[in-house]
Amino acid sequence: MTTVPRRDRPGFYYPKPPATWWLRRPNYVLFMLRELSSVFIAIFLVLLLVQIHQLSQGPAAYAAFVERLRSPGWIAFHVVALAFALYHSITWFNLTAVVQVVRLGERQVPPRLVAAANFLLWGVVSLVILFFFLLGG
Amino acid sequence: MSEETITLEVTRYRPGHDREPRAQTFSVPYRKDWVVLDALNHIKDRTDGTLSYRWSCRMGVCGSCGMMVNGVPKLTCAAFLRDYHPGPIRVEPLANFPVVRDLVISLDDFMEKLRRVKPWIIREVEKPVAEGEYLQTPAQLDLYKQFSMCINCMLCYAACPVYGLDPVFIGPAAIALGYRYNLDSRDEGYRIRQPILTEAVGVWDCTFVGECSVVCPKGVDPAAAIQRSKVAGAKEWFMSMLLPWGGR
Amino acid sequence: MSTRKTSEPFWWGLFSVGGVVAAFLVPVHLFLHGLAVPLGWIPVSPARIQALVGHPLIKLYLFVLIALPLYHWAHRFRFILEDVGLHALRAPIAVLSYGSAVVGTVLTLWVLLR
Repeated sequence: MTTVPRRDRPGFYYPKPPATWWLRRPNYVLFMLRELSSVFIAIFLVLLLVQIHQLSQGPAAYAAFVERLRSPGWIAFHVVALAFALYHSITWFNLTAVVQVVRLGERQVPPRLVAAANFLLWGVVSLVILFFFLLGG
Repeated sequence: MSEETITLEVTRYRPGHDREPRAQTFSVPYRKDWVVLDALNHIKDRTDGTLSYRWSCRMGVCGSCGMMVNGVPKLTCAAFLRDYHPGPIRVEPLANFPVVRDLVISLDDFMEKLRRVKPWIIREVEKPVAEGEYLQTPAQLDLYKQFSMCINCMLCYAACPVYGLDPVFIGPAAIALGYRYNLDSRDEGYRIRQPILTEAVGVWDCTFVGECSVVCPKGVDPAAAIQRSKVAGAKEWFMSMLLPWGGR
Repeated sequence: MSTRKTSEPFWWGLFSVGGVVAAFLVPVHLFLHGLAVPLGWIPVSPARIQALVGHPLIKLYLFVLIALPLYHWAHRFRFILEDVGLHALRAPIAVLSYGSAVVGTVLTLWVLLR
């Protein structure tokens, strides 16, 4: 059963946070940036999907699309998006390490170690994808 | 030479008189070993006896002197004036709660939420006292120990923007305490408590800002408790979809 | 005492899985397709890429890479909008956000399986 908190007691003052509450503290700003990273990641993935679609339209269409990505605007977008994507990865691995409880026997593995393992795996996966693309592409 | 002083900007609110809180400035002696609570006591004793605020133990155990100090939720008995020198120091009631008077906030909503998660040991069958205590190994204790350090000071609610935006959210301390009893080897109330934690107004509104864990004066990590409850809740949800006959 | 059945765990589960996929895979792909290929740091031949994309396992991989993080976006975008003061519109915002991710999933399938 859910109780909705009363907000009508006479004499009480009910504070309401402004829409800009997240500017009040550095940690809130970092939180907003972390959440905003998802927008850049999504835009990139939609672009990637369009790129794959162009591929099926023939080499000329694909070349024209890649040429468009060379414009300063899109390069700037991808630089910013890469920064946000890296920020997402870093915060994600650090936070999931605190959430996941990994046990060895009766002992809990320290979250820092779990995070380190995730970062290592991330590096390996990224290198594998890079080499696969270099060889296959 | 006169004694050095420091300025406190204290929120005043008189129910029935004021439409909204306003700040009142007080000058108090600056002493290196004084905390903000000492300064408030000085004001009440010497300057203005009408100033209202809660406090009791002065040693970070009772959890009743939480206020916003320069915009950050703090136990005022542990917030030293020297850390805010030369001031001024802004002292406001805990954010996100209804203000009753001056620095006093209403506990009603928090108390209701605390009760809702049933933060006590639930047994299917209580064993008779004659059979002795429920034994627990140090490893079983370690599982939940940090979450049992909560003193219900509500600093985490004041730090939680989700609770501020919509107080229907059950909030950090209540979830952490529910989680604490779920982890306790002596407890058998998981089936009763977990649905309360994972209902719509439970853990799902949390966006993992993480500030609840930052401001906790007792080193509790409510943010971790909430995310772990989400993981358990999501697993159970998907299991119940895959195995609807499993009776989960 | 019964509690209201909610679909939140389902969307949160997809958000989580999408977040993991985005954390592990997106940065290197962003570097490759957003910077390295357009700027000519890596020579690519469209024919070979097309052959690569035609492989069923690569299609499956691309589906995971593109579709799952869309749910990650939808979940976070929903709460960003709520956080900046649109709390009163939370129900339509949730429908639009998750709905967009579902539409994105269908489009991804369409592009990959055509």
